[in-house]
Amino acid sequence: MSDTHAQTVPFVRDTMLPQANPPTTEAGAVRWMRENLLSGPLNVILTLLAIAAIYWVVQGMLPWLLASVWNAGSIAECRQIIADAGRESGACWAVIRERWPQFLFGFYPNHLYWRPVTALLLLFVALAPVLFSKAPRQLLWFSAIYPGLAFWLLWGGSVFVPVVALLGLALGWAAFHFGQRISPLAGVVAAILLPVLWWLFLAGPVAEDLGNLLPRSMPWWMEEVRSDKFGGFVLALTIGVSGIALSLPLGIVLALGRQSDMFLIKSLSVCFIEFIRGVPLITLLFTASLLLNYFLPPGTTFDIILRVIIMVTLFAAAYIAEVIRGGLAALPRGQYEAADALGLDYFRAQRLIILPQALKISIPGIVSTFIGMFKDTTLVVFVGLLDPLKGITDAVRASPDWKGIYWEPYIFVGAIFFIFNFSMSRYSMYLERKLKTDHR
Amino acid sequence: MTETIARAIDRSHMQVSDEVAIQIVQMNKWYGTFHVLRDINMTVNRGERIVICGPSGSGKSTLIRCINRLEEHQAGQIVVDGTELTSDLKNIDKVRSEVGMVFQHFNLFPHLTILENCTLAPIWVRKTPKKEAEEIAMHYLRKVKIPEQANKYPGQLSGGQQQRVAIARSLCMKPRIMLFDEPTSALDPEMIKEVLDTMIELAEEGMTMLCVTHEMGFAQAVANRVIFMDQGQIVEQNEPREFFNNPKSERTKLFLSQILGH
Repeated sequence: MSDTHAQTVPFVRDTMLPQANPPTTEAGAVRWMRENLLSGPLNVILTLLAIAAIYWVVQGMLPWLLASVWNAGSIAECRQIIADAGRESGACWAVIRERWPQFLFGFYPNHLYWRPVTALLLLFVALAPVLFSKAPRQLLWFSAIYPGLAFWLLWGGSVFVPVVALLGLALGWAAFHFGQRISPLAGVVAAILLPVLWWLFLAGPVAEDLGNLLPRSMPWWMEEVRSDKFGGFVLALTIGVSGIALSLPLGIVLALGRQSDMFLIKSLSVCFIEFIRGVPLITLLFTASLLLNYFLPPGTTFDIILRVIIMVTLFAAAYIAEVIRGGLAALPRGQYEAADALGLDYFRAQRLIILPQALKISIPGIVSTFIGMFKDTTLVVFVGLLDPLKGITDAVRASPDWKGIYWEPYIFVGAIFFIFNFSMSRYSMYLERKLKTDHR
Repeated sequence: MTETIARAIDRSHMQVSDEVAIQIVQMNKWYGTFHVLRDINMTVNRGERIVICGPSGSGKSTLIRCINRLEEHQAGQIVVDGTELTSDLKNIDKVRSEVGMVFQHFNLFPHLTILENCTLAPIWVRKTPKKEAEEIAMHYLRKVKIPEQANKYPGQLSGGQQQRVAIARSLCMKPRIMLFDEPTSALDPEMIKEVLDTMIELAEEGMTMLCVTHEMGFAQAVANRVIFMDQGQIVEQNEPREFFNNPKSERTKLFLSQILGH
């Protein structure tokens, strides 16, 4: 280039420089190592220490894992096999091999295992259109009826119980649709009032009568499974998935309530959020299992899993409301003003402009809350339900065959929790990337 | 900045009719105890192009934000297109869908494409079918000379382009009045011209416009009235030539000498 002797003050560039490649030492693995592992004395020391730490953990665990025993009838047999092999210690996975159904299904009847499995597989089908925009939109209909279907598969009984319950929602939707023609407020009121009245007064008798009309056989009736048979991951997933699905909408409503200009709505939302966040989850679970019985009329049976789901939902919703409030606060005022200036009313502005942006900002916080809640489902052990971590593991360890086993069941349960939670975390990162449109 | 408006302006459509578009009578507004707008009286006829100027904090933005009720006034009367602005939400939504507004910081919706930004309000407020709304949107995007950006997101556009999209977005609602709140203050000098050109074109078509701006060249070229505000009051208003060449009040003279001084 002719710019090399351009030290004189008047200077005109006559050719623009093309882009050039960096020197070879500044690219590839060599550069990566130098920059990330060996960039200075402190970094070199830290790298060596980290390698030592990894070595220490691996040399401790590897012999134990390598001496794994998969075929044994009891822990004594396990230890015998390990000793015969001349090893000091070894993992006894035989307990998982023998008892895995219990970890996954609790005391759910053996011949009905297909039902929770089907429910889980169908869950993925129902989730697909909700989570991925590429999935066919028609599947959303399946997602809408899935809660009823899953309920029926898990608990069995008359098909009319979930059908009648879902009818309440359909009724609410219809009421909203027609009420809107009178006035938006009438639509909202009707959409809340009608289903509640239906569930309170009509749903029970209607379901019972329909159930009695028809034979107690397959398309209308499946063998009932009571809640005390639930356990392990069937229980954790039932509570976790319902809690996640219900707490997000409730959390959004609470967050908007807290932002509202209407004093009463705002105060109610603040009180609810602060109260629920202020007490430990265990307190709420105890309230659900013990205190609620005192308040309900004697003789009412109110399913314990349902009660726990309600409490877990309220608990997560309070946290999610605060996470979403953070997202709402992060939006510039201009977004609200632009929506107003275009003539969008409150609900449309929230739905089309504010919430899509606020929820996007809140994704990491919301997913953290979900993950935390899914792990907290193990706390139901304190109200006598058999959670996978303590409930089932204790039951297994109480049997004479496996008395004294310690690490293996916890590692197994932990691994399954990890798979679910890591998937959630990965999904949230995928969603963040997909929704990134601001190019900041 | 008179030189930014070099081309000849076609004034053939810029007729002011006798029909009243906006009527403001004895309007007062307070922020808490601070009296921001004092006894504002003002009539805007259809087809008028009014430039409002004044030092910062003089209440000029607040005034035009009162016209579509982004700010509430506490006393007096504002009638827009025959609809009085009260706390009645129906009236407010009606006025807002008839009055377009362009903001200093564009306020495009970053999660929607340019086209979606433009079709959102027609589809949801006017209930225009999607296809038709998209045609309208493309028409106005062509008008502001960025149809090729329709499927990009606002973050991918330059400031000038974003502001032109914001103007197109307002126009898609077919407003009868346009409010501009310092539309060029957040732009680089290179981009001010493209936005002013768009605004001039709009004026040539006879749009009723109220514009808060410091672009005095634009005021001289397009406005048929300039309003000078200070301390929440209208201090002086006149047609542009008189206003700039022969200001009456001392406050106006000082202001003009400061902004035109160099």
